[in-house]
Amino acid sequence: MSAPRTLFGKLWDAHAIVSREDGATLLWIDRNFVHEGSFHSFDILEYGGRRLRRPDLTFGVADHYVPSHDRARPIGDPELAEMVAQLRVNAARHGVTLFGLDDPRQGIVHVAGPEQGLTLPGSTIVCGDSHTSTHGAFGALAFGIGASEVAHVLATQTLWQRRPRAMRIRVEGMLGPHVAGKDLILAIIARIGAGGAVGHVIEYAGSAIRSLGMEARMTVCNMSIEAGARAGMIAPDETTFAWLAGRPYAPVDVEAAVAAWRSLPTDDGAVFDREVALDAAVVAPTVTWGTTPESALPVTEAVPDPSAEPDAARRMRIAEQLAYMGLTPGTRLDGLPVDRVFIGSCTNARLPDLRAAAAVLRGRRAVVPGLVVPGSGPVKRAAEAEGLDRVFRDSGLVWGEPGCSMCVGMNGDIVPPGERCAATSNRNFPGRQGPGARTHLMSPAMAAAAAVRGAITDVRRLAP
Amino acid sequence: MTPFTVLTAPAAVLDRANIDTDQIIPARFLRHKRSVGYQKFLFADQDFRLPPGAGILIGGANFGCGSSREGAVYALVDAGVRCVIAPSFGDIFAGNAAQNGLLTVALALEGVRDGDTLTVDLPAQTVLLPHGGTVAFAIDPFRRQRLLEGSDDIDLTLAHAGEIAAFEARDRAARPWVAVRAD
Repeated sequence: MSAPRTLFGKLWDAHAIVSREDGATLLWIDRNFVHEGSFHSFDILEYGGRRLRRPDLTFGVADHYVPSHDRARPIGDPELAEMVAQLRVNAARHGVTLFGLDDPRQGIVHVAGPEQGLTLPGSTIVCGDSHTSTHGAFGALAFGIGASEVAHVLATQTLWQRRPRAMRIRVEGMLGPHVAGKDLILAIIARIGAGGAVGHVIEYAGSAIRSLGMEARMTVCNMSIEAGARAGMIAPDETTFAWLAGRPYAPVDVEAAVAAWRSLPTDDGAVFDREVALDAAVVAPTVTWGTTPESALPVTEAVPDPSAEPDAARRMRIAEQLAYMGLTPGTRLDGLPVDRVFIGSCTNARLPDLRAAAAVLRGRRAVVPGLVVPGSGPVKRAAEAEGLDRVFRDSGLVWGEPGCSMCVGMNGDIVPPGERCAATSNRNFPGRQGPGARTHLMSPAMAAAAAVRGAITDVRRLAP
Repeated sequence: MTPFTVLTAPAAVLDRANIDTDQIIPARFLRHKRSVGYQKFLFADQDFRLPPGAGILIGGANFGCGSSREGAVYALVDAGVRCVIAPSFGDIFAGNAAQNGLLTVALALEGVRDGDTLTVDLPAQTVLLPHGGTVAFAIDPFRRQRLLEGSDDIDLTLAHAGEIAAFEARDRAARPWVAVRAD
């Protein structure tokens, strides 16, 4: 009998081609996603005079630089147009399937990939984007890499990695009403810290995780990187298999695949390097107050007071964040005015996210401007078929075209300096949504509630 | 890439935790070709400026967390930084650094001030402090070797072409469902 193994350990072993004595392992990569920003990798590849080893395993998606409006017209900004065009040229030159700007499948890579059935349990997935951890929701080992490593994957379909340590985060019990996957992951990051999982792959386990739908699982795994994790994973189960069935790129012989996937979950008795336990019932709607995702608190709490912090370095860190965010210690989070809202991103732009936001906005008016950006073409069309776009428009919010948009501002959708934005995205870093922008991360329902009141609001008081 | 052996250079100190890659280089500059020189984008929106001539950056915990953008490494390297010393690093940043000849040293150094000259000795795995003390550091041996040689990972990998092809054939039979359906 072999020793009990973790889900991560099984994937690692199944993809190891060469293991060196110095600890480096050459891993086989099953899927590689590229986007407009990957032009550096194609440049490196071409500079070295190399070709793609397996063009059939690389997929291109236009997402970071695509406009959120007026898709019928050419892109106005020539530099943005060039980024989108360059991806098309590189994909065509190297024989890579592209979900380009005019493709109905186009969307944020971490929404579109799973949606098309390209993200499979037991597979290794990389992309030049840190939120590649999203795909771990399917029981894949998925992680973000830099441009040079993407070039290495393009050339060899492999990657040198040092085996990360394994961490399990068990969440038992039931999340309360109007508490979402986003609240859970923010609470986890607040607990273990923005660097709390550096060097580790996290497996999220426990009854609360198993009861999440695939989209909420993706939200949780998406933000693994915000705790510093190499990757985040959830064992595949019936929820996973049902979600994948019938997707365009899902396996033809799905029964053989599912039979193999059933052996993936962590064996009883497998040992993790680190274990963390959390009670789902105590997780409240959670919002960030600072400039790192670990600076998150239940919406019922107040902005921390640095003078109450005994540790000098932490005291300074809190004070710096409050200065950037323009916040006074002791201010209640519930009631803190916001200038705008953004509902979207690879964290929270899937259909259930939009439904949760629309449920709060239905029959209400937003008192601040806001942008709702669906995660993909299919999400957009499904939302429109349900009339969600009407709910957003009727409330006064703008309904956009799929892409990364105001999460990262590369397409020009930015939060003006000094403005406070309630955002469903993943990063509240200084300048992330634009120079001087102040970001408060929260769930889609919470962002919708903030739009209705013009202030951060405990959605549990607003919800029907 | 330039091999890294021993570096003696003035240090710059940025003693803040969680310096993310959005702070190192804002997203709006990532559309530029590397050939434009990324040094002008370094810390563009921050109040921190790298002093001229600094070859070593001393950072806080979790340096380089966040986005996978390799532009953060390009900006540091193009500005003349060859080594970052911090208590801990974002994993992707550290990987990107190694790909570009930028040494990341995981150490919490106390008492170093702006302009102090340090010597980072990669073969000996030590940092020589301005007052004469020496601190040892650990580094992934694979990464150390790549930095010392200044070599290209792709060349190393292609030396394993036979093993890769054998794996590919074996895996195709074992996991046929991973193959991508033709459109």
